[in-house]
Amino acid sequence: MIGTLARDALLVSLAVTAFGLVIGPVAIARGKREWIPLSYAAIYTNFLLLTIATLAMIFALVTHDFSVAYVAQVGSRATPLLYTVISLWGALEGSILFWGWVLAMYAAAVVWINHERPGNLVPYAGTALLAVSLFFTILLIGPANPFGVVYPVPPDGPGPNPLLQNHILMAIHPPLLYLGYVGMAVPYAFAVGAMLSGEVERDDWIRITRRWTLASWGFLSAAIIAGMWWSYEVLGWGGYWAWDPVENASFIPWLTATAFLHSAMVQERRQMLRLWNLNLVVGTFVLTILGTFLTRSGIISSVHAFTTGTIGYFFLAFIAVVLVSALIMVAGVSDRLKTVGHFDSPASRETIFLLNNLFLTAFMFTVLTGTLFPLVAEAVRGVKVSVGEPFFNRMSLPMIVALLFLMGVGPALPWKAASPAEVKNKLFPPAAGALVLGAIALAMGIRNFYGVLAFACTGYALVANLREFYIGAAARRNAHGEGWGTALSRLVAGNRRRYGGYVSHMGVFLVALGIAASSSLRTEREATLVAGQSINIAGRTARLKNVWGREEKQRSVIGVTLELMNGETVTGRIEPRMNFYPTSQQPVPTPEVKSFLFGDLYANLQAFQPQGKNATVKLIWEPLVPWIWLGGGVVILGALIGIWPNRRRSVA
Amino acid sequence: MMAGITVKQRWLIASAVVLVGAFGWLLYGGLDKNVVFFLTPKELISKGNAGYEVPVRLGGQVKPKSVTWDDQTRDLRFVLTDGAGDVTVHAKGMPPQMFRDGMGVIVEGRYGRDNVFQSNSLMVKHSNEYHPPKPGESPQEAYKTLMKGSGA
Repeated sequence: MIGTLARDALLVSLAVTAFGLVIGPVAIARGKREWIPLSYAAIYTNFLLLTIATLAMIFALVTHDFSVAYVAQVGSRATPLLYTVISLWGALEGSILFWGWVLAMYAAAVVWINHERPGNLVPYAGTALLAVSLFFTILLIGPANPFGVVYPVPPDGPGPNPLLQNHILMAIHPPLLYLGYVGMAVPYAFAVGAMLSGEVERDDWIRITRRWTLASWGFLSAAIIAGMWWSYEVLGWGGYWAWDPVENASFIPWLTATAFLHSAMVQERRQMLRLWNLNLVVGTFVLTILGTFLTRSGIISSVHAFTTGTIGYFFLAFIAVVLVSALIMVAGVSDRLKTVGHFDSPASRETIFLLNNLFLTAFMFTVLTGTLFPLVAEAVRGVKVSVGEPFFNRMSLPMIVALLFLMGVGPALPWKAASPAEVKNKLFPPAAGALVLGAIALAMGIRNFYGVLAFACTGYALVANLREFYIGAAARRNAHGEGWGTALSRLVAGNRRRYGGYVSHMGVFLVALGIAASSSLRTEREATLVAGQSINIAGRTARLKNVWGREEKQRSVIGVTLELMNGETVTGRIEPRMNFYPTSQQPVPTPEVKSFLFGDLYANLQAFQPQGKNATVKLIWEPLVPWIWLGGGVVILGALIGIWPNRRRSVA
Repeated sequence: MMAGITVKQRWLIASAVVLVGAFGWLLYGGLDKNVVFFLTPKELISKGNAGYEVPVRLGGQVKPKSVTWDDQTRDLRFVLTDGAGDVTVHAKGMPPQMFRDGMGVIVEGRYGRDNVFQSNSLMVKHSNEYHPPKPGESPQEAYKTLMKGSGA
């Protein structure tokens, strides 16, 4: 019943997007401005139709309508309501539906806000968004149709993948990732619009999409951090990053998007890098589609890969179409992209941004190569291989420390050219920060070269960024006699983009320190304990109290209670568990993490005696890992500051 | 079009080519040393000398009655088989909860010249090669036994 409604909505969506896709360019070609609103109407209608389809799916999931194929695949009566709702994105078809809906939402919002702008930029951008929408609607009708009919109707279903219903972060990571990934379609669409409408010589499209790009970047950053957190909290190995292809898939477009956020400023301020920016924007969008292909086509086996159907070919065809059409368009406009400005001096912000772009792009190619190599090797030579972590670490660590250092140099240098005095005043003092943090790293016991260097470069950049706040606020105090608080908040409010960027830098520094410390100084202990025995780690003692079990509605739980001891007094408890889902032959590890200011105590239940006589636990001391999550929050705060609308002066 | 290229641009292009070339060479060198081959025991043995001391991910089944576990030294030894070839595996640390005879596992590590595969990570494989749990061995059964044993 509800499935029929949703199927009809998707079919109408197909017709509406196809109509909108044709009417826009026809209206422009024939000079019929009055037809353009029809194209916009198609975008709004498509959003409405996909909203209906998405709500129908949620309704079917919540009411356990097992006649709907997707519900029969991921639903179960025993699953708690929250996990039932979020299983919307727990498998292939539902996630494509959610994807299409987010895209339709972005398209409707961006067109609604800009529909009054004269010229052909917005109509063409809308057409580009419709083209992407059409691809997703085709997927939803064809290889990823979630509304297939199941007959006879099964009485119950298997429930979502146990790994996906074991932690609350599953409600957070996927939507953030979709918002970030799909949002990159907006700058892409406007880049296409700018090329097609001949407005590419003006930088309007960059200004219009600035906030959209920044918001998508913020969502993507948050999604990557949330994904790391999920892996840390759920998988039980105590790590957060393994250069796994699905992790790389989210990270690769983040690198080019980060490069674009910086190089877009060079284009706006100095009218340079126009061709480069077009390539970055198109590249970022293609990389998000490639990431979707890698994670959704089943070509890489992981918790993200659901089926090995035909959907991969659709994605490959779409990537080819986007790449070829973009190459033709970029080639067509490249002659017109005269660079107005030029690099005046190596000691200038634009030079540092150029270096930052080179490193980020090289980083992107490194990760992309390591991720795609196994696919190429299997296709060409028929061997199954993977690329080991040492490759990624060895290649990326020099680039990471270089980027951290540049994060200090860029903000300190002015546009155009710095005088020798400016270079001396701005670039020398932060070296004190490098010395202090480098010494701290050594005192903490970090002995590997890149660990110490990462601390030192972070120290340099940290001081350089803090000084920007200090110098700006001090200038306001002198000029306007404001207090420190007022001066600081007005400084930030006066140039949200710049200081929001510096706030995001601070978040990156926290993440960098967390990663450098935890990858250099992690210690772990494993022991088989009977009740009353203890294990020591990093100056802490944990004593096994008991092994226990519990039946829950959708699963059984076996856990151990470890008491954290200070002498003979119990100061806390930590309870790692294993969750047994009826549909899974493997228990799902459910580690528990106790966070302290300078690190996490991570406990995982490795094994237990069926009679409950003893249990094997692994305790890991993870220095500074909480700083990674905190840093992610600060990065997002910075993005929010940058997106926040400027206060409108009251205009009569 | 080519006539418009100045000396400065020629230098720029030359240095870009050198940079990209050096970067590509670094990538190639890095890949060459760090490719992990996915092999079965038979494939590993048939590689002969080339199979020693290179990163390998080895997949197969735990040969029944081959598992030894030393509680004191925390050494785990077992034979991994694909029916056609056997490889002795050594790993440190407690095996996963569901680890037992006949099950599909993947180990990652290096094959030593002493013909023992030193594993640094052991994963249980979820695939059709997995034997369904026998009565008394499923997670649910283990759970019930535990409940009886602890009197909860």
